[in-house]
Amino acid sequence: MMISNATRIVRLALSTMFCSLLLACGGPTEADQAAQDGILLVGNGSEPKGLDPHLVTGVPESSLLRALMEGLVAPDADDDLAPAPGVAESWESNDDFTVWTFNLRDTQWTNGDPVLASDFVYSWQRILSPALGAEYAEMLYVIRNADDFHQGRTENFSQVGVRAIDDRTLEVTLEGPTPHFLGMLMHTSFLPVNPRAVEEHGGMTDRQSGWSTRENYVGNGPFQLKEWVTNQVIEVERNPAYWDAATVQLNGIRFYPIDNVGTEEAMFRDGRLHLTNTVSPDKIPSFQSEMPDRLRIEPYLGSYFYRINTTRPPFDDVRVRRALALAIDKQLLVDRVTQGGQTPATGFTPSGIDGYPASDAVQFDVAEAQRLLAEAGYPGGQGFPNAEILINTNEGHRKIAQALQAMWQSTLGINVGIYNQEWKVYLDSQSNLDYDISRAGWIGDYVHPTSFLDIFTSGNGNNDTGWANPQYDALIGRARVAQSEDERMDLLQQAEAILLEEMPIVPIYWYTRVYLKDPRVQGWEPKLLDNHPYKHVSLRVD
Amino acid sequence: MVKFIGLRLLQGAIVLLAIYAVTFFLVAMTPGSPFSSERAIRPEILAQIEAFYGYDKPALERFWLSLVNMLQGEFGPSAVYANRSVTDIIGEAFPVSLQLGGMALVIALLLGIPAGIIAAVKRNTWLDYLPMSLAMAGICLPSFVMGPMLALLFGIILRLLPVAGWFGPEYWILPAGTLGLVYAAYFARLTRGGMLEMLNQDWVRTARAKGVPERQIIFKHCLKGGLIPAITFLGPALAGIISGSFVVETIFQVPGLGQWFVRGALNRDDFLILGLTLLFAALIVVMNLLVDIAQVALNPRLKHG
Repeated sequence: MMISNATRIVRLALSTMFCSLLLACGGPTEADQAAQDGILLVGNGSEPKGLDPHLVTGVPESSLLRALMEGLVAPDADDDLAPAPGVAESWESNDDFTVWTFNLRDTQWTNGDPVLASDFVYSWQRILSPALGAEYAEMLYVIRNADDFHQGRTENFSQVGVRAIDDRTLEVTLEGPTPHFLGMLMHTSFLPVNPRAVEEHGGMTDRQSGWSTRENYVGNGPFQLKEWVTNQVIEVERNPAYWDAATVQLNGIRFYPIDNVGTEEAMFRDGRLHLTNTVSPDKIPSFQSEMPDRLRIEPYLGSYFYRINTTRPPFDDVRVRRALALAIDKQLLVDRVTQGGQTPATGFTPSGIDGYPASDAVQFDVAEAQRLLAEAGYPGGQGFPNAEILINTNEGHRKIAQALQAMWQSTLGINVGIYNQEWKVYLDSQSNLDYDISRAGWIGDYVHPTSFLDIFTSGNGNNDTGWANPQYDALIGRARVAQSEDERMDLLQQAEAILLEEMPIVPIYWYTRVYLKDPRVQGWEPKLLDNHPYKHVSLRVD
Repeated sequence: MVKFIGLRLLQGAIVLLAIYAVTFFLVAMTPGSPFSSERAIRPEILAQIEAFYGYDKPALERFWLSLVNMLQGEFGPSAVYANRSVTDIIGEAFPVSLQLGGMALVIALLLGIPAGIIAAVKRNTWLDYLPMSLAMAGICLPSFVMGPMLALLFGIILRLLPVAGWFGPEYWILPAGTLGLVYAAYFARLTRGGMLEMLNQDWVRTARAKGVPERQIIFKHCLKGGLIPAITFLGPALAGIISGSFVVETIFQVPGLGQWFVRGALNRDDFLILGLTLLFAALIVVMNLLVDIAQVALNPRLKHG
């Protein structure tokens, strides 16, 4: 009885297996077929935590939002520094860049509503509402009185510097002169939401509002949400109502949330992806020899550095901090350890920002490092107390920490340990100053040095080093209201010079984005913030 | 039997309550919060968010509230994934895990039990050595090695099967196979052991002496007892297959529960951790109960009250 049943099941299983094998065999790969159909297949990191532009903070989410939503201005196809028109077809500012007027085009949401100037007022009120608890609301502090509203000092939003003059004219008044305001506008926190949809599904300040689910989503971008299968795929299709639909060349995009870098690589090799999100650092050399036409290494506006807890001895001594920074052979580190074409960081703000040459203050200088350490009372590392490097759990961070550990041991004669904490614990330790030296990274929110230098002002929530310098704060404050961009950049450079002299951080390298790209993908140019506008992307058919 | 089952169900409920309480307070004591973020949040804004999810209340009160909600079948919202309740997440992912686990279990049983029987019957021949060496390799080879190897072979070299995703039957084969092979190895060894014990019994010798055909000895007299170790293992195995498939789910991008479990823990997504822990605990309790019932049915020596 049992045997005959088992035999039947085996037969059934084998025949099912055989049939599906036949189905899967041969023919063009999924990527070939998708290229024919004009569908881009993208590895997108992890499952998005949501698609509400005011609540999300991650890279996978902002990548999706670039397809689904459009702000006043949009990223240009190839120029990082010149924003392209979005919902605004034109704009002007007064002479000192404090008042900006945007003329909106005639365009609509996917639910048929027109996109109005008042929608932006509603949206910015929403993200600034304290009750919503939006993590990125501080991006909007550039707008006059936005901080007062967000921190509850006023409940009257009309005091905040944004108003709709009429349906198609939006006027924004800023706290100070901000020529780079257009660049900031490309950040997801400035994106509009559809007021009717938000009100229908829970209201302005409901964090669990249902407007951004697959069924209810309302966007205004070049693509619209078609399908969202958790942990599998998010598919968007061309939005026929988009004002520039004629420019959009892709028929759709499938975003695959793939956490595992090995799985992503296998899918690319198996012809199931046109673009990967990343590449395992260990594999870079083999990709370089095996598929150099597919491996892409591009500059990315981010800084990898170590924070030093300046409230703990011996790190309260600037000479010790400088010694640690100068003793690192960063060229060796990027050539041998990280291997992703990174640039050794000689300053904090990465290179590539127009009008702001990167600092070269931090060089590899063993003699000076040894001299400083001796001067601080630890000649040859003698008597140097036990110290430890905190990293969040990750093999890549561990390798870098081990390399630095070895360099400090051999050049300065000091022993530091390494310990890892899981991400959330690490974040808490760092913000509670419960560490000696801590691994860190910072990616620019917009292409301007203030996006980097602001965080080390006294009391900034992201400072996390205990370092405070009134002179630094004053320079950053003056830069905020500087009358010309040249003067502003000059003040910021002076501020960064102080930061690099005082060294509450050890700059290590400036990021690159490393990924695999199918040669058929066109219109995908290197972008400092990795914000590729999908409407200009196309797939070549061979 | 009814009394036995009732008693076990009551025990199970107490176990679940204890697990829920322990998990709740462990999670509450763990450093890090679902709202710790790389970008600092202003304290007054953080307070708003915490109030929204009820984190502003003392732990004991939160425990009571969550227990009451849970008894009404409401696990609460995910603190990290917008617009998703824990019930939604389980509702979406559990069927996938169940399907993957079910197929893996079928593969494990179909390969493991016959291999174990053959190895026991043909003891000390190549029919014993070969499957048992393979089984030992299967036990030793972790799924994070087996998975990519199978993906490399069948996906990238032979181009027969998709390497990741969960879109149709051809996508099920590699993950179910990877997961199934490991457990097949266990079942093979357990069945072999159980069968050998039976075949060495005195009454088997008597039966052979009396001329009972070998086939009848194996299938009629020994199989039932020989399968007891494998069946004892079935309960934990099924729970393990369904809950422990995280590695396989990650390698093959399967949208099951395992990925959520790990993500919930990493994100400190308290309600999600609690909901999933309770689900797995309930699964193990039920499976063990079923196994106990099956054992009593198979083994007369265990028949009690």
